[in-house]
Amino acid sequence: MRKADIANEIFEKVGVSKKEAADIVELILNLLKSVLQKGESVKIAGFGNFMVRSKGARKGRNPRTGQEIGITPRRVVTFRPSQVFKKYVNQ
Amino acid sequence: MTKAQIIEKVAEQIPTLTKRQVEIVVNTMFNSIRDSLHKGDKTEIRGFGSFRLRSRRMKEGRNPKTGTTVSVPAKKVPFFKAGKELKELLNKT
Repeated sequence: MRKADIANEIFEKVGVSKKEAADIVELILNLLKSVLQKGESVKIAGFGNFMVRSKGARKGRNPRTGQEIGITPRRVVTFRPSQVFKKYVNQ
Repeated sequence: MTKAQIIEKVAEQIPTLTKRQVEIVVNTMFNSIRDSLHKGDKTEIRGFGSFRLRSRRMKEGRNPKTGTTVSVPAKKVPFFKAGKELKELLNKT
């Protein structure tokens, strides 16, 4: 499934045009991204939580050449699915 | 930020929709991602990331209270992988 499929579901459920549906999806995604960029979590009941975690510097290795390289500190997004979501996919 | 706050913010930006309609939109969005994984499909959202299922093998677990060994059956877990754009956004200086 892709973004267009989500927009299509919205088009069918709410009385908006396909163009509007696509725009709303984009708006929501941009909002989620800007919240995460600020380092804030996003909590969706029944779905899960998106959290931003900071990783320190560490040493890595190029698996092909075996050469050691430094990995810079960075922030990553992790997703923790809710109990409801976890149960649902195993039904 | 919670789902309710997301609905609030989005409703402010789209005056043509009622809050109730925005609520349906937001719910539909997450429900359709959930349903796609339930059906064994995956969802790829450009610029944000992808959702898919990962398999977990059966394993031996332990009841922490009684200490008895129990087997935890194999299962699927939802997995999110951040997209390139989102990763870069978080690490912009």
